[in-house]
Amino acid sequence: MYNEVVMDHFKSPRNVGEIPDADGIGEVGNPLCGDMMTIYLKVKDDRIEDIKFKTFGCGSAIAVSSMMTEMAKGKSLEEAKQLSNKDVADALQGLPKNKMHCSNLGADALHMAIQDYEDKKANVTRAGPPRQEKHEHAKNEQCYCPYCDVELSQDAPSFCEACQRELSEEH
Amino acid sequence: MAVINLDHISANPLLPEVKEVMIDAIQRDYHNPSSQHKAGEQAMELIERARQTVARLLKAKEPKEIVFTSNGTESINHAIKGAALANKDKGNHIVTSNIEHNAVIRSLKRLSSQGFKVTSLPVDASGRVDPKEVEKAITDQTILVSIMHSNNETGTIQPIEEIGKITRERKVLFHTDAVDSAGIVPLDVQQLGVDLLSFASNPMYGPRGVGGLYIRKGTKIFPLLDGGVQENNKRAGTENIIGILGFEKAAELAMQHMDERLRHLSGLKDLLVRELPNYIDEYIINTNLEHSLPYLLNISLQYIEGESVMLMLSEEDLAVSTKSACATGSLRASHVLLSLGLSHADAQGTLVVSVGLENTEDDIYRFLESLKNIVDTLRAMSPLYKKPQEASS
Repeated sequence: MYNEVVMDHFKSPRNVGEIPDADGIGEVGNPLCGDMMTIYLKVKDDRIEDIKFKTFGCGSAIAVSSMMTEMAKGKSLEEAKQLSNKDVADALQGLPKNKMHCSNLGADALHMAIQDYEDKKANVTRAGPPRQEKHEHAKNEQCYCPYCDVELSQDAPSFCEACQRELSEEH
Repeated sequence: MAVINLDHISANPLLPEVKEVMIDAIQRDYHNPSSQHKAGEQAMELIERARQTVARLLKAKEPKEIVFTSNGTESINHAIKGAALANKDKGNHIVTSNIEHNAVIRSLKRLSSQGFKVTSLPVDASGRVDPKEVEKAITDQTILVSIMHSNNETGTIQPIEEIGKITRERKVLFHTDAVDSAGIVPLDVQQLGVDLLSFASNPMYGPRGVGGLYIRKGTKIFPLLDGGVQENNKRAGTENIIGILGFEKAAELAMQHMDERLRHLSGLKDLLVRELPNYIDEYIINTNLEHSLPYLLNISLQYIEGESVMLMLSEEDLAVSTKSACATGSLRASHVLLSLGLSHADAQGTLVVSVGLENTEDDIYRFLESLKNIVDTLRAMSPLYKKPQEASS
């Protein structure tokens, strides 16, 4: 089902854990979608000095978390912001089609953690760590059904024809 | 190392005696049972003998009430669509439950799109349908009730006999999907009060690609496949004689060894239930232990996801199945588990452990040892899991 790179990251995930005095924290997903991911960052001189993750999810969600943290570690914040979900999936040499949904979490969680760090630095206060439950896409990006990962029609982005599901989330 | 199969709900191995019969059948090159020369007649006699054997297994009054099909799914489609279409003049209402197999759900969905009305009944927290609810749901338009005998995810057995009494009294046809029960637990179509019962060969250690449908004499039903006059005009198509002979052997062995098999399987399941708390904590058993198949246990491991557990067990040569949303093509939580009132998060951590004839107590302990380590590893990784506070001594 999964290729060797994915299985390697699933079986021996890198950077699992928490950073107690993290400089930035990002949380994405919810159990309804199947996955939840929390990312902890330690930043020094605008560079990701350390990164850890905690993930509730399937094999690909764990592999995505592991690969993403490996890719982000040591990068400058600006470089890390450029890291996309597709970059992570590509580094894993692909995921099964119905699992591409899981790969959407990795870079999103990283970006949220960076946002959290930058907000803290700028003294923007929030009640808790940044959370994202919505399934959002960058501008001009093709939209996929979060449930079955079939491309959504541009005309009716709130309904998936393939799984006949209403998508209440913003798209 | 050989893989320990704790996923018998997905597939059973062929029994050696069944293999032998099938290999022999392949080598004999039986002719078409519909041919009227000697070679054909010889093949027909064997099919009819198999029909008698299977009729005995289900306590059918006449062998003619048994129709061989290609699998449980075909039997279910035949029972539901065939009965609905043949009785359309009497009404358009069908009663079912929320925890049926997709073969039932989707057959009914198809019928709904053709004008039939379906009432789907909930189950209680123990996973069972209340027969009183069935009675309440039946209207003067009701032509069919379809409630499964045992559930393929939880193993929970439904009160079929009680429902059968109601359907007989109300003169409504009653179908039960007994695919995962037949040949494992004693079934008596007279006692159950069913008119239609779907079953299959592989769950009783016969070959895949063969199933059967019990159709009570006098039941109005259309064939699913139109064509020749095979299977007493109820199922067209040249018979799968190799499969049917394998099925016959499996049914014969099921009758001979049912009691000892029940003891063996439920012994292993009981051991698993008893030992689980010594290995892991914070889990939910979704199987109704009082009314369930002897070989299946459905467990939700909290704070972790089932596919990860399944994959890690697989790396340790243990095969189980999972009902987590991530492991399904649709990425949706199991309708059966949600019907039990489970939260999405708990449903995500669901494993289906199904023991088989070849399993031993050692297999159960091997599984528990591995499971303990895997649960620890995944919980340490889970953002949902908060370690219990260390007891201050």
